[in-house]
Amino acid sequence: MDAFLLQVLNGLDKGGAYALIALGLTLVFGTLGVVNFAHGALFMLGAFCAVTLKSLFTMEKVTLDPDKLTAWGTPMEIRTPYVVELFGDFGNTLINLSVPLSILLAIPIMLLIGVVMERGLIRHFYKRLHAEQILVTFGLAIVLQEIVKAQFGANPIPQPAPAMFAGSADIGLMLGFAENAVVYPWWRIIYLLFAAVVIGLVFAFLQFTTFGMVVRAGMADRETVGLLSIDIDRRFTIVFGIAAVVAGLAGVMYTPILSPDYHMGMDFLVLSFVVVVVGGMGSLPGAVAAGFLLGILQSFASMNEVKSLLPGIDQIVIYLIAVVVLLVRPRGLLGRKGVMES
Amino acid sequence: MSKINDSRRTFLKTSAAIGVGVSAPLIFTNAHAAYRNEPKGSTVTFGFNVPQTGAYADEGADELRAYQLAVQHINGEGDGGMLNTFSSKALKGNGINGKKVVYVTGDTQTKSDAARASAKRMIEKDGAIMITGGSSSGVAIAVQGLCQEAGVIFMAGLTHSNDTTGKDKRANGFRHFFNTEMSGAALAPVLKNAYGTDRTAYHLTADYTWGWSQEGSIKKYTEAIGWKTAAAVRTPLGAGDFSQYITPVLNSGADVLVLNHYGKDMVNSLTQAVQFGLRDKEVNGKKFEIVVPLYSRLMAQGAGANVKGIFGSTNWHWSLPDAGSQAFVKSFGQAYGFPPSQAAHTTYCQALLYADACQRAGTFMPSEVGKALEGFKFDGLGNGPTEYRADDHQCFKDVLVVQGKENPTSKFDVLEVVEVTPRAQVEYPASMLGGDLGPYNNG
Repeated sequence: MDAFLLQVLNGLDKGGAYALIALGLTLVFGTLGVVNFAHGALFMLGAFCAVTLKSLFTMEKVTLDPDKLTAWGTPMEIRTPYVVELFGDFGNTLINLSVPLSILLAIPIMLLIGVVMERGLIRHFYKRLHAEQILVTFGLAIVLQEIVKAQFGANPIPQPAPAMFAGSADIGLMLGFAENAVVYPWWRIIYLLFAAVVIGLVFAFLQFTTFGMVVRAGMADRETVGLLSIDIDRRFTIVFGIAAVVAGLAGVMYTPILSPDYHMGMDFLVLSFVVVVVGGMGSLPGAVAAGFLLGILQSFASMNEVKSLLPGIDQIVIYLIAVVVLLVRPRGLLGRKGVMES
Repeated sequence: MSKINDSRRTFLKTSAAIGVGVSAPLIFTNAHAAYRNEPKGSTVTFGFNVPQTGAYADEGADELRAYQLAVQHINGEGDGGMLNTFSSKALKGNGINGKKVVYVTGDTQTKSDAARASAKRMIEKDGAIMITGGSSSGVAIAVQGLCQEAGVIFMAGLTHSNDTTGKDKRANGFRHFFNTEMSGAALAPVLKNAYGTDRTAYHLTADYTWGWSQEGSIKKYTEAIGWKTAAAVRTPLGAGDFSQYITPVLNSGADVLVLNHYGKDMVNSLTQAVQFGLRDKEVNGKKFEIVVPLYSRLMAQGAGANVKGIFGSTNWHWSLPDAGSQAFVKSFGQAYGFPPSQAAHTTYCQALLYADACQRAGTFMPSEVGKALEGFKFDGLGNGPTEYRADDHQCFKDVLVVQGKENPTSKFDVLEVVEVTPRAQVEYPASMLGGDLGPYNNG
């Protein structure tokens, strides 16, 4: 039972990341009709907002100690972060909280990146074939990741969670299990809650604001909304920016779980596309539901008991589900009738 | 019409047959030379095949830095580095056999096909006399096979799988780096002293040749000291999030987690294992422990504070006090501002060893260079007395057992050497790992 519970938690946690990325992907597809293969790169760029802020906080004043030499004979460097020199203990607190504080940096930056990406490149491909959209956005993703690699290197860069959330929570004890039977890292619990809040905010924004209402109307019938003298293109640009922010925030908060490197976006991209296809292209609830569903299935498929019966199933379970869904229900679990169907 | 079609088909068939017949022998032959890419001018070209893009690009960049330093030293530039401490004095700092060394580079991308393509390009187009480098066993085995077919020497870079000088060994291939068998033999006694003999291990293993090799070696040696193996689970290369593989460890009854991961996988799996509280856990009345059998300083930096106290093995470490290591660290540190990695060390050594062998042989002919390397005993390159064993072209030397440092003094000071395991303790019969060197190919 405890192993079962742990895999459910793993699945929800993983599903949270899938859902956040897939939400943006399906939002862009639903509004602009664009298949955006650069969406994984936005997740990666968000993660590197956290890396950047931490780099800024840990910029160091370097002084040379003439009395001590390095192993190669040059004077030893004494490094002190400027924020610690300027603010003392508060400086250390800033460094400790760099990941959550990165959210404040990531929101405007990702919004800007999203808007520039849409206005500068994506809009020229609205009426082009999906294959061309995929090619150009995939190319853009490679360019972005090579830029990040040139700047930050190829190795993963660790971003520790704030010290207060570094340990694990004894969830089992809260649920009546034995002590230490079900322990789960605090930061993963926070990530799951964070994903739920962001998903809730996106749905509330689209459901309960005038802007969101117009966007939903545009998704349903773009031409009619345009005939009402509403500048739907401008709104869709902002939607693209919001999708970039959601992917970016998912990336920021994921950095203590997965040390970011330039390739992390690609690792999530394919999975997120499968999530979108399974959930239904353009369906927001579908993306969220499929994200969590596939996350949980992937976790259970990795259990030793399952793998001993079906070796390698953990590698293919998500794609098997996608094949079945595409065969049986091409529009996806919660997709609109007609989408992806002849 | 049928006649025209027939004659056209016949013409095409004949042309194709002649084309294949003419080009096939030319792929890897050199009509007017005694051996492949025999240098005729005043220079000889080395081919440095390292990962310049992809997951191991940083390690590849360090290898390239070391190669550039080696070329400088062979040509008599710079401070001479380990040439000053190398026991062989054949090289005089004026190139090799009267020829200055120049080099070309290729990008392996840590992909076997890309690595073979770049090595082939350097051999065929750039006239490389030898190929060296790489950061993956899969790549090393693939490129070694290509070099054997092409008739050039391959001096392997960072490759740790037993197979490179075991079942996949080739006459034209040579490895300075240690292997998983040696890691197991060196680590087991240290683990026994630190954690006792009554332990149960759980392996998470990267699902490719190196991972399987390391899992096998560590299981063999830990079971020999009395440990049991609860499970050995294969994980996909580049899995990223290992949580679904780590959670079963929690209630498996194991009290040691062995991470047969390298590079990015090791950084992520170790970080996540620590996050799941494994190191704070007590199982069977004993503190839960994690072991990382193959360490590199570059990846230990990536894992940050999570490596503290964790045992592993390494081919070389920049903190070693011997004259050779200090000379190399000084040359490298002054040139680049930071200490060299083990990848940089092994590739620097390989370039020097190859150059020295050519000088001693008085030729660049692969079979003669190979014979000069076979059974060659040397010292002063940072690993103590070393021998290139003739039977499998594997270097035998002391192996370092390291531990993540509790109080690092700099970002490079993450590992400390806790044991130098003598060569005799890690040596094994060449026949044990199978394979056959076969004959040399001179192209």
